[in-house]
Amino acid sequence: MTKQKVSYSMDSTLATVDNAEQTANRFAAEAGFDEDEVMQISMAVREAAINAVLHGNAYDPGKKVNFDFEKTSSDLVITVRDQGNGLNVNHIPDPLAPENLMKTSGRGIFLMRSFMDEVEIHPSQTGTEIKLIKHVHGTTEGGKEASQ
Amino acid sequence: MSMKISSRSVDGVSILDCSGRITLGEGSITLRDSVRDLLSKGQKKILLNLGDVSYIDSSGIGELVSAFTTVRNQGGELKLLNLTKKVHDLLQITKLYTVFDVKDDETSAVKAFN
Repeated sequence: MTKQKVSYSMDSTLATVDNAEQTANRFAAEAGFDEDEVMQISMAVREAAINAVLHGNAYDPGKKVNFDFEKTSSDLVITVRDQGNGLNVNHIPDPLAPENLMKTSGRGIFLMRSFMDEVEIHPSQTGTEIKLIKHVHGTTEGGKEASQ
Repeated sequence: MSMKISSRSVDGVSILDCSGRITLGEGSITLRDSVRDLLSKGQKKILLNLGDVSYIDSSGIGELVSAFTTVRNQGGELKLLNLTKKVHDLLQITKLYTVFDVKDDETSAVKAFN
């Protein structure tokens, strides 16, 4: 089994969001995902990074965003952790609901869930951890579509 | 690649030719400023040409919604032109495709304002 893992910490800035997207793009391409999947994975990671920088850490220069990019034989796993107050997972509105459709925000987590096979959100008082998982081709019996 | 917008007018319709990325930060702000600039000049028929927009994130989607609502609230109309597959797919999964008036031909899009 081959396993690769890259971990790093960055400031709560827009540059971090762009960097996370680029790193995800490179990591997903190297993992063998096709062009559309690479775009989906990098967008999901971008949205998680936006969540951490903007909503979690609120651009606080004293708070960091931590990233883990890990490839196992079965999955690509990207973990994004902020140092905010913890996302309230019970209050994530459905952006597809008619009353929310014309809102200008609130689509980030929806996009992560749309593009990844699994999304785990672990809030705590010291921050939120979002784990994004995409199954590597041919190593699992089914992805999101098969489970629906 | 940052966002670039150039403006032109065809038969009373303001066309914003957008290229690059509509994302959190500069890209979204550029779009917002361009639409507000047109509205401040009384130009309320706006066609957003997204043919050269390579990427859009949730903030960019929000900015499109904001532009659409802002123009409509001022009695105007905003339509989208030449969506790339990526942008088209994003508007589909967010159920916004049917909210926006989306065109794929500039001539018919301009005529549709009248």
